[in-house]
Amino acid sequence: MNNYETVFILTPVLSDAQMKEAVEKFKTLLTDQGAEIINEESWGLRRLAYPIDKKSTGFYCMLEFSADPSAIAGLEVNFRRDERVLRFLTTKHDKFSFEYSEKRRRNRSTKQDASAKAEEFAETTKSKSK
Amino acid sequence: MAKQSEIRYLTPVSVDVKKKKYCRFKKNGIKYIDYKDPEFLKKFLNEQGKILPRRITGTSLKFQRRIAQAVKRARHLALLPYVTDLMK
Repeated sequence: MNNYETVFILTPVLSDAQMKEAVEKFKTLLTDQGAEIINEESWGLRRLAYPIDKKSTGFYCMLEFSADPSAIAGLEVNFRRDERVLRFLTTKHDKFSFEYSEKRRRNRSTKQDASAKAEEFAETTKSKSK
Repeated sequence: MAKQSEIRYLTPVSVDVKKKKYCRFKKNGIKYIDYKDPEFLKKFLNEQGKILPRRITGTSLKFQRRIAQAVKRARHLALLPYVTDLMK
């Protein structure tokens, strides 16, 4: 089992539900092949640095997973066949990139906690002022 | 005999104190260059989006290779442009 990371760009014409459905499709595809999803990130709608298929924006999604090397080919074939996917890139984690991604995950989770706490704080102060 | 303080120049003597370049990855202990962070990678590109040579940035060969790899990955994912004008 190796650790992999894949980033893919979905077309901006999809609705939120369609986008989630597409991400879900690739996740189930991976789990069916015995892969274990470690992390899932959605960067939302971002501007592309250059147009791809005459589109200037795209939904960026990232998956981190551990899988057998044989699972990757199947995944990439599905990326190619799927018209909703503009671009994809799968990279294998080495020792350093794995450390980095772990750190990144921790940072993001603490950030989310912090923002959630800030929201809570704002709400409590609001209710108090009321 | 003229003392040293009496020597005057018409134009101020340019004293070149060359700042020694260093590899920022070695200095800061960065081991992995993330292709998902285009803002960081922009430090190693010129206005046209070309990768700057080592002789300008001072990066060591090992990390120059990794920068190149990361920049190329970022370009593929449209995080960085292949060609552009006035990026900064």
